[in-house]
Amino acid sequence: MIPRIYIPGDSGALALGAEKVAKAIAKELAERGIEAKIVRNGSRGAYSLEPMVEVATANGRVAYGPVKPTDVKSLFDCGFLTGGHHKRWLGAPDKIPFLAKQTRLTFARCGINDPLSLDAYKSLGGLKGLQNAVAMTPAEIVKQVTDSGLRGRGGAGFPTGIKWKTVLDTAGDRKYIVCNADEGDSATFADRMIMEGDPFVLIEGMAIAGIATGATKGFVYIRSEYPHAVATMNRAVEVARKAGVLGVNVLGSPNAFDMEIRVGAGAYVCGEETSLLNSLEGKRGVVRAKPPLPAIQGLFGKPTVINNVISLASVPIIMDKGAAFYKDYGMGRSRGTIPIQIAGNVKHGGLFEAAFGMTLGEIVDDIGGGTATGRPVKAVQVGGPLGAYFPRALFDTPFDYEAFAAKDGLIGHAGITVFDDTADMLKQARFAMEFCAIESCGKCTPCRIGSTRGVETIDRLAAGIEPEKNLALIADLCNTMKFGSLCALGGFTPYPVMSSITHFPEDFKPAPARVAAE
Amino acid sequence: MTMQLASTEIASRTAAIIQELKGLEGPLLPILHGIQEEFGHVPQAALPVIAEALNISRAEVHGVVSFYHDFRARPAGRHVLKLCQAEACQSMGSDAVAAKLKQLLGIGFHETTRDGSVTLEPVYCLGLCACSPSAMLDGEVIGRLDDGKIEEIVAEVRS
Repeated sequence: MIPRIYIPGDSGALALGAEKVAKAIAKELAERGIEAKIVRNGSRGAYSLEPMVEVATANGRVAYGPVKPTDVKSLFDCGFLTGGHHKRWLGAPDKIPFLAKQTRLTFARCGINDPLSLDAYKSLGGLKGLQNAVAMTPAEIVKQVTDSGLRGRGGAGFPTGIKWKTVLDTAGDRKYIVCNADEGDSATFADRMIMEGDPFVLIEGMAIAGIATGATKGFVYIRSEYPHAVATMNRAVEVARKAGVLGVNVLGSPNAFDMEIRVGAGAYVCGEETSLLNSLEGKRGVVRAKPPLPAIQGLFGKPTVINNVISLASVPIIMDKGAAFYKDYGMGRSRGTIPIQIAGNVKHGGLFEAAFGMTLGEIVDDIGGGTATGRPVKAVQVGGPLGAYFPRALFDTPFDYEAFAAKDGLIGHAGITVFDDTADMLKQARFAMEFCAIESCGKCTPCRIGSTRGVETIDRLAAGIEPEKNLALIADLCNTMKFGSLCALGGFTPYPVMSSITHFPEDFKPAPARVAAE
Repeated sequence: MTMQLASTEIASRTAAIIQELKGLEGPLLPILHGIQEEFGHVPQAALPVIAEALNISRAEVHGVVSFYHDFRARPAGRHVLKLCQAEACQSMGSDAVAAKLKQLLGIGFHETTRDGSVTLEPVYCLGLCACSPSAMLDGEVIGRLDDGKIEEIVAEVRS
């Protein structure tokens, strides 16, 4: 048997030098005259171990990581092709603690094989959900997704099945499935990992959504900052088309469904669903007022399902294993699993898929291992740039939509950024306002002007000018933005700002003390 | 004279890109990406050609081009360095990385060095948040930026 070596082509692994490692391994194979097949897989998401190289041995996969190009010669000397010991030896990948503790449903296949091999996809249970779906009526599919309790993983947490039902029940000569892959929130990379590491699961989920709602055309709107994901998705769509997964007869059924990959152009606000639809139509990415809901008048005025990547990628397993299987995981009204992305100043960062219900403290301290710098954790921002900053005192909050809302926070797209005690929360609050000002689409006044006034007011506060008055002004401004903005950009920017002020008041004290502290 | 030539050439190459893409539903963004790939920026001379072909006003085309951060009015330097400045990278010192690179290259954000070698831009998230601070140099991703990697980047853009 020719040895198989797996080297991730995921952009996170590439950013840590996977390409140089691949070249060094290929060179070493050539020099030693060893025949082996190099497979470029996705990433399993343990980024503290990337680039993680795996070899297929008689006793299963053996992983090594993080591998540097300078490790390659010694890896060969230690006989890594048969699982030999080496300082980078990690053993069986699914036994690595960071990975072993996870419950992988949506990410079950991500990072294991060549993402563009449909055979590999099928060998690990792929397409079973779609096969079941083509044998069902649209109403039955919608019911199964509704019963699973799946809620929108983009951040809003709206029940996916209800959205689908509205589209199914709305008459239209043409309907669309739009996948929101404009993953702009800092600390999030789950969408990117799926698109680079298991693209067929997204394609399968979109095809199921099409059959369930009567939509025949799908678009994946991917942000331009993700060129690797764009390339992989384009190639995967080609493969799926050739294999009859997409086309006029999906898996040989009478259902037609095809899709296109579209690329954004660097506007954060296009992650907001109505702004994304305008962008797809070739317009300025300006937010639309709702109603009408996109489910009734969406893309080009037609009934449109617009779902996040992870929502759609979670559908195949629900259609494969059943609603009850999925619903069994989780807590309260948050059912199933959530791919938590642990990021920023953290020792073991990466993607951790788990049932809802873990506490923030377990995620940050036990799984993440604390900060990368070794200093105490001061704050964690949950849910991207529009999410609240949580202090240690709230680390007992369970990961659940309602529990986070009760603490004036949000789960969002489940990204967590860890900050150590050097973080200046006034600076973070200012950045939240500044970011909103840069990215505001300009349609509504509270967001467009409020964000700029917010930066100015925080600057006055930092300069020690009338601190009490300016703090009150910020709170008032945040209230206006929260309730007066059209979409979540202006509406949620108050979360990071107000949570910083509430939980870290010492950072907002008048200037003399602050300057001295810096 | 050269300007005149350039604008006719821009018009004809733009027309070819439009021809290829106008059958798409909502073709404007793909067309603008195509034009930027062709010319390195979206030239003013391309706008009337697009407006005519898509039967929209020139003002509408301008509105779309100017809305999106990606579309450039002028060509970038030979290299484009994007530094992530979002929260996850902030938590790992992206401010200091940016300050150091600005000093080494002698330019600020949204500027190009005088010799045209590199354009420096902020970016708000590359999805490399467990490998912070991160950057993208000409489409290649770089994570866990440290002094060594910063020096490599500077050497590469100067070569």
